[in-house]
Amino acid sequence: MSTATVTAATGFIGDAKSSDATWRPSAGLEPEALALETTHLSRSVVGKVLVSDISVQVRPGEVLAVVGPSGAGKSSFLRLLNRLDEPTGGTVRLSGQDYRALAPRELRRRVGMVMQVAHLFPGTVAANVAFGPAQRAERLASAQVAALLERVGLPGYQLRDVSNLSGGEAQRVSLARTLANAPEVLLLDEPTSALDDVSARGIEDLVLSIIRERRMTCVIVTHNTAQARRIADCTMILQAGKLVAIGPTKEVLRDR
Amino acid sequence: MIAELLNNVNSDIIMGMAQAGGAIVLCAAVVLLCRRFAVHVERETAISVARGLVQMVFVGMVLAVLLHGNLLVGVLILLAMTFAAAVTAARRARDIKGSLLLSFYAIAAGAGVVIAAMLATGTLTADIAVLVPVGSMIIANAMNACAQAVERFRADVTAHVGQIEAGLALGADPGVTVAPFVQSAVYASLLPRLDMLKSLGLVWIPGVMAGMMVSGANPVYAGIYQFVIVAMILAASGIAGVIVTLLMRTRVFSAAAQLTFAKGREAKA
Repeated sequence: MSTATVTAATGFIGDAKSSDATWRPSAGLEPEALALETTHLSRSVVGKVLVSDISVQVRPGEVLAVVGPSGAGKSSFLRLLNRLDEPTGGTVRLSGQDYRALAPRELRRRVGMVMQVAHLFPGTVAANVAFGPAQRAERLASAQVAALLERVGLPGYQLRDVSNLSGGEAQRVSLARTLANAPEVLLLDEPTSALDDVSARGIEDLVLSIIRERRMTCVIVTHNTAQARRIADCTMILQAGKLVAIGPTKEVLRDR
Repeated sequence: MIAELLNNVNSDIIMGMAQAGGAIVLCAAVVLLCRRFAVHVERETAISVARGLVQMVFVGMVLAVLLHGNLLVGVLILLAMTFAAAVTAARRARDIKGSLLLSFYAIAAGAGVVIAAMLATGTLTADIAVLVPVGSMIIANAMNACAQAVERFRADVTAHVGQIEAGLALGADPGVTVAPFVQSAVYASLLPRLDMLKSLGLVWIPGVMAGMMVSGANPVYAGIYQFVIVAMILAASGIAGVIVTLLMRTRVFSAAAQLTFAKGREAKA
């Protein structure tokens, strides 16, 4: 087991050589003061280790980037945070509460996710945006739908059929659809990787402005270290499912 | 028992075997024709023809012995047929846990309800010579419906993993995320039976009606009776299709509302 030290100034552990490295920017804070905390989080499938013993803490309003090579377990780690997959070890705490105590539907409303590909439902843009609240028998007013679409740069798109949208537009609708649930934590799984450079930069700027405006806690998976530098307060690096480094983005990505 | 079997080896059977020989020769000619187009189905055709003939002769022998049995014997035969049908249908969903039991429940429910209704309304008599052949038709169609529903549902779920998980990630109930695929699976299982009903008498005159007419029944009554049988087949198929799809729906998600089917995606992590 690791005995990695925490520096008083930054809480930065630095390169985590062993699997139980912990990012403790909040040393001294009560668990409920953290937006998200993973403890020894692991997932293995038929003998293959996807995520190995990861313990990290994310403060409210903080943006954590998860970077690493392809196959490092970035998306697998993210999918454990809203329990789309079941951990085979460890757990996640949301505002101090073990997420296994929450109903999965309630957890996923509070921890929203934007995927790599938009995966919109057949129908109109408005129906997609209103989908989340409708699952709780809440009706999103048309003015609210319009406001969300305007915020993601798609004013007047309510009645458009999703089959006629470009990749960038679809991803904006996906973001609006997730925001309609008013999540406390936003998970982003390489949201720009399937887009052309112009659309990707547009989505990145949009995401950054929204999370800053709403002071949202955010975990973003990206293979693009430049993107991590632009967006994230802290960055963790995964390799073969293991946490190998974590800390302030500038320090972690200094030589990368 | 042996004497009873030997009594059935009469001139009809010898003639039947000669006719079967003719049919096999025709099949062989088609196989040779296929070879000319580099379509090699020799082995598969030989196995299918041999299996079909042996199975039908065996069934005929079993029925010859059991024809004078009581209702309980008939029910046991139908149960055995239902199990065999479930084994066949479950092959379409080997990767779904408990698929054999799901298929058995669905086929048994579909065929059971319909056969019971036919017995209750007098459409079917408890005579084993009628119950088993008509029951087997209903079971076979319920099996096909079940297999078609399973195939369609698993194909749709596999093709829409992203959309299903997007729904789950937005807090949707698992049932909501696969609702369109449940509908299309049930529809796919019913479509061939609906077409069968539509084309009844126009494109084909099924065996029951033909048999009744050959044995001297009123053709109008034979037609109506055939309609009843095909309508009952539709009902059995519908029940089997709905039940197997709804049961499968619960098996593709975990208790924590995670899609546990089509996990191949995790390889890329």
